[in-house]
Amino acid sequence: MSARFAPGDRVRIAGRDPTVHNRVPRYARGHVGVIERVCGAFGQPELLAYGGDGEPYQTLYRVRLEQTDLWPDYAESPQDTLEIEIFEHWLDPA
Amino acid sequence: MAEQTHQHRPPRPDDPEPTSDYHFLGLAMRELLIEKGVFTADEERRAIEAMEARSPAGGARVVARAWTDPDYKARLLADAAAAARELGIDIGPTRLVVVENTAEVHNVVVCTLCSCYPRMLLGLPPAWYKSANYRKRVVREPRAVLAEFGTTIAERVEVRVHDSTADMRYLVVPLRPAGAEGWSEAQLAALVTRDSMVGVAPALSPDAASSARD
Repeated sequence: MSARFAPGDRVRIAGRDPTVHNRVPRYARGHVGVIERVCGAFGQPELLAYGGDGEPYQTLYRVRLEQTDLWPDYAESPQDTLEIEIFEHWLDPA
Repeated sequence: MAEQTHQHRPPRPDDPEPTSDYHFLGLAMRELLIEKGVFTADEERRAIEAMEARSPAGGARVVARAWTDPDYKARLLADAAAAARELGIDIGPTRLVVVENTAEVHNVVVCTLCSCYPRMLLGLPPAWYKSANYRKRVVREPRAVLAEFGTTIAERVEVRVHDSTADMRYLVVPLRPAGAEGWSEAQLAALVTRDSMVGVAPALSPDAASSARD
């Protein structure tokens, strides 16, 4: 399956707040990061959690975020980063 | 005298009964599966024994090879499952990402949503890895958490937290300690601890390793 984003692309993680199970921690929602790598296609957690087969599979990415952007009061080192796995249906170009 | 100062505390229950609906549900499911002959209690016991017998030794072998063979390290960073298989370690369907500590970057792994962990290479995760405290805090104050483990990362080094939120599992290749030049892979593997492969500690120094053996 073809990936919409490539390493280096800037993406925004969706800020939505679905009531169903998902694998996007609240702290990362709405933030902008950069694609670090494409991990492959995997079943959608929102469907797998309820007995489904996760189809259609979605491309999974690792997104690199700046800690000072994630946490406005981040008090450690300004070059610190965080990488997180996010599915394509949670990402928009930024 | 001892008789005057010795006081018994009231006994505490040491084998608490199931406390939650999920616990009861799990017990009921297990009983049904055994009653219906899906597996036997002995098979279940052996599966648990095998799971708990896994250790970080597999991960340590992978790291020691990466320290001694730059070509192997390149293959490990590109395709960790294939590189583990080269050493006879089958990690099954696990999708593994190996990240390397350098003079510029220190990596540390967490699963904020549950307790994802590369069990095929590191064994069962320690209790602290699964604790809400570690999971909540290491993403927002990683250096403070690392300091509680006794690990100080220089300000100029980037601390990179890996949140294992979906299908990948992570293993850190720690920096090779000084003073172990010319060591064999097996000797080096003894310096590679579980915690160093999660990223909360450096690998053992040769001195620390020899005093631990004494």
